[in-house]
Amino acid sequence: MKRWMGISWVSLVFAFLYGPLLVLMVFSFNQARYTTAWQGFSFTWYTSLFENQHLLDAFVNSLIVAFVSSLAATAMGTLGAFAVSWYRFAGRKIFFGLVYSVMMSPDIVMGISLLMLFVLAGIHPGFLTLLTAHITFCLPFVIVLVHARISGFDPSVVDAARDLGAKEYDVFFKIILPMILPAVLAGWLLSFTLSLDDVIISFFVTGPGFEILPLKIYSMVKLGVTPEVNALCTILFLLTLAAVMTAHFLIKEKKK
Amino acid sequence: MNERQGFKFFAVFINMAWFALFVLVPGLMVVGISFLTRDMGSFFAWPPTLVHYKELVDPVYAKVLGNSLVYSLNTTLLCLGIGYPFAWFLSRAPAYRRPLLLMMVIIPFWTSSLIRTYALVILLKANGIINAVLMGSGIVSEPVSMLYTDVAVYVGLVYSLLPFMILPLYAVLEKMDLRLVEAARDLGANGLQVFVHVVLPLSLPGIMAGCIMVFLPAMGLFYIPDLLGGAKTMLVGNFIKNQFLTTSNWPFGSAASVFLLLLMVLMLGIYFLLSNRFNRNQTL
Repeated sequence: MKRWMGISWVSLVFAFLYGPLLVLMVFSFNQARYTTAWQGFSFTWYTSLFENQHLLDAFVNSLIVAFVSSLAATAMGTLGAFAVSWYRFAGRKIFFGLVYSVMMSPDIVMGISLLMLFVLAGIHPGFLTLLTAHITFCLPFVIVLVHARISGFDPSVVDAARDLGAKEYDVFFKIILPMILPAVLAGWLLSFTLSLDDVIISFFVTGPGFEILPLKIYSMVKLGVTPEVNALCTILFLLTLAAVMTAHFLIKEKKK
Repeated sequence: MNERQGFKFFAVFINMAWFALFVLVPGLMVVGISFLTRDMGSFFAWPPTLVHYKELVDPVYAKVLGNSLVYSLNTTLLCLGIGYPFAWFLSRAPAYRRPLLLMMVIIPFWTSSLIRTYALVILLKANGIINAVLMGSGIVSEPVSMLYTDVAVYVGLVYSLLPFMILPLYAVLEKMDLRLVEAARDLGANGLQVFVHVVLPLSLPGIMAGCIMVFLPAMGLFYIPDLLGGAKTMLVGNFIKNQFLTTSNWPFGSAASVFLLLLMVLMLGIYFLLSNRFNRNQTL
């Protein structure tokens, strides 16, 4: 009896979480334009999507921002995680405090604060401001993820390398980095999805000359639903799915 | 400076400098500007004033803040009500099944909340799937208007934020020592007593973490009421957005942002107090 209650509760919640996404994906293949009735399977909306130059441009822009910002955040964050794990330095606690407060602070506050910073500094909103903002909100995730991995292994490995004459640079690139690589890759993939999906922060730091996909989708949905958006959202969802599953697999690997 | 110190300095410096420049400085700017006077030309100007904070508690705007708090509170309670039993059942599932089930929670956790909100729009709109099913089965003859209602906003907020409640709850429930539950039962506690005196106190850190992760974002997700609620329903997020992009009132928008930051500090403070007390009790 109790078992059945559990199974049905879990199933209901999963149906709630996945039902709408499933409907979205199925209907992206629907021939019909205005009705929700099924009028046959077709790739019409995918084809028209790939003929829509505005959407494609926004998609490419999003991919570029996501790729560059996740790469930069991963490089910096890995160094940062290494530093807080291996060195004592003044402000170590402040550093951790900042990392966690960035993770917890409401997106909208980060959005408006960066908007004011860029406007007052006279920086034109566009590619660079988006990049900076995305690096900022990805960085804490990388640091926390990589830090968890570094604190999991034996410090005597590093001592041994240093005793044998390895320079600090070698310790990092030849000893630590290969050991934490799965976490670094996971951090990179998750940063990529974070960047690709962000709406709120991008909303405030984007400029008229540089459109990115989530904001484009947002404005299209406000104007009304078109089946092309279904196709676009399906592609984005599958991209996220692939990245998250790979990241999850990489994080799990380390535990073995 | 030797080579090791050089590397250390570099690794620490670029991260610290980044956070200082793009988190600390802008954060202080928000606080500072919230105390200045509005200016049409340069966004803000001297002299310092408390007028924006006074306006926030003015009935017109206090109503916006109050509404937003109510939305967040109800969303948090709904997520807790749905998520707690779910996380409990998940943590009690056979061990070989748990990784897959957990993965199924993590996927929506990372999926764009905008895409998931859009999926709800398709489902709820007048000629959407739910109405098609309702009319097809003869339950209703006219389409029910579900989109652009309060209910739709709640569905959207819960739908977006539920995974953020489930994951921390699952983390504490999965680690819980079931021998404590057995001991309580052996000593004659009934199901409710076991829950109130054993399970609930032990899962408190997870409940608190989940509530923070739902409550705070729920105040800021401006696109959910935008897409699901029409213009009537407003969160603090919509209000701040309007101050910056529509009326260009930076100081007022900053004051509302400071309100959100204070809320965050308050909730994190409670969390740390609770978890400190919790850890002390654990070691006793």
